[in-house]
Amino acid sequence: MQTARQRTTIVAAASLVVSMAASILLLRHIDRLRPQASIEDVLYINSPKTIKRASLGFDGLMACIYWTRTVQYFGHRHFDYAHTYNELAPLLEITTTLDPHLLPAYQFGASFLAPKPPGGAGQPERAIHLMEYGIQNNSDNWQLYYNLGFVYYTELKDYRKAAEVFERGSKVPNAHPFMKILAAQMAMHAGDFATARMLWSATYETARESNIRQNAVEHLRAVQVDEDVTHLEALVAEFGERTGRTPASVAELVETPHLRGIPVDPDGDAYKLTPEGRVLVENPDDFPFITKGLPPGYKPGPPKFHSHS
Amino acid sequence: MSPRIVYIAANTFREAVRDRVLYNLIAFALLLSGAAIFVGQISIDIERLVVINLGLTAVSLFGVVIAIFIGIGLVSKEIEKRTLYTVLSRPVRRWEFIVGKFFGLAGTLVVNTFFMAVGVFGALLYVAHKFSKPDALILVALYFIVLEFLIICSLALLFSSFSSPLLSAVFAFSLFVIGSFADDLRGFAGMAHGITRWVATGAAYLLPNFSALNVISAVAHQQPMSSQLILQNTLYALFYTAMALSGAVLIFERRNLK
Repeated sequence: MQTARQRTTIVAAASLVVSMAASILLLRHIDRLRPQASIEDVLYINSPKTIKRASLGFDGLMACIYWTRTVQYFGHRHFDYAHTYNELAPLLEITTTLDPHLLPAYQFGASFLAPKPPGGAGQPERAIHLMEYGIQNNSDNWQLYYNLGFVYYTELKDYRKAAEVFERGSKVPNAHPFMKILAAQMAMHAGDFATARMLWSATYETARESNIRQNAVEHLRAVQVDEDVTHLEALVAEFGERTGRTPASVAELVETPHLRGIPVDPDGDAYKLTPEGRVLVENPDDFPFITKGLPPGYKPGPPKFHSHS
Repeated sequence: MSPRIVYIAANTFREAVRDRVLYNLIAFALLLSGAAIFVGQISIDIERLVVINLGLTAVSLFGVVIAIFIGIGLVSKEIEKRTLYTVLSRPVRRWEFIVGKFFGLAGTLVVNTFFMAVGVFGALLYVAHKFSKPDALILVALYFIVLEFLIICSLALLFSSFSSPLLSAVFAFSLFVIGSFADDLRGFAGMAHGITRWVATGAAYLLPNFSALNVISAVAHQQPMSSQLILQNTLYALFYTAMALSGAVLIFERRNLK
């Protein structure tokens, strides 16, 4: 009797293990057979209000779930180097309807929505709409004004609106004093490198999240490169006017009184000079946000992030 | 309180523990520790919010499920096993039986909530590394959840006093869902006209209002709770519980148990 029971136990245990292994293996095969019409591309319910009702009052938890889904969606699309983010804005709308006080959804959401693909969804208007909704529901939070002003400044180059938003934010109780300075700087010297440096430095100083700080570091490096290249190309033009030819190398420029030593990018690599007089960086992939110093026809790869310095 | 009520309550509590009701704490602990550890890796900047939202939602839902599924069997099981006749053959009044059962179930849920609260604070300490003053607001949310349990326990007992366990579960769960939409129901009443308005308004005030007791999201965002809200929610829950329990007693007193 005991032996029969033991036999049953052994057979049942073996059957359990084999069946489990077989089902896992089969599922993996089925996953490979199915097209990648993945879950992250599908929103089963589009209406934020319906989802809010269906959450039975536990909308805070639902908002966290939808925010995590948004992050995962953006992360996957970004990783795949996608140029479309169709579900991003609806996901953010659902998240913020469920919990209008979920600040990360506004702050990060705007930086997901606003930048041009592949860095973001290329939807600055939706980012502005999101931020205005955030401000409407969290009017005592000066950082939301800062983020909104940032979208106007970086993506739309609408310096007047950016100045206006910084000014509005500076009036919020307990707003950081630099909001007033930013408003003034934006109104007077919007396109300056100094303004860009100031904005990104402020972002670096005030952000708690390491991702945002890293992003600020990358932009500060890009501002440095853009400024260097602008300066060097001005020197090349001046050299051309003076001598009637393009300098053979950057080293030849160094011989002029305007430059002390070989100019280098933030990584310590010397800038290159093309025969046409254009100044290029040595490794453009290391500077994902630069607008100058790129070789003709250059297609950027996924952004690389460097440690804080 | 009558010693007979205390005795019935203690027995109800013991029976629930013997039925391994507190095993739900294991599932709760796994859920919360999993969330505390993994959310930071798959989301951004909401670790604290998730621990509070998920923790308090789980406390609420686990408790509601326990309240309904134990509450609906409190009377019918005793009738089915014929133990009720033994109890009532002693000097125990029928109302004492109902009230004792209520306190026993409420006590089980309070103990369960206490252990879950310890879990929530533990997980919060894990993700935030320290407690801040506004974290004390979580205690208010937990208190409101306990008030919600009192109402649900009394409703489950009310239905259990005249209906079958299955129907009682359906009624109690439906009331929980409708009560969660209480604000919408009131909004609907405001938009309606004529007799519909009166019926909808009546229903909105008669059905339990669980949405007023749900402050989880507000607490997660450290929004202050007024002492007036705490006081009035307490009184509302106590009166509503008393109303449902009175109904249960009235029905059970007249029920033919032969």
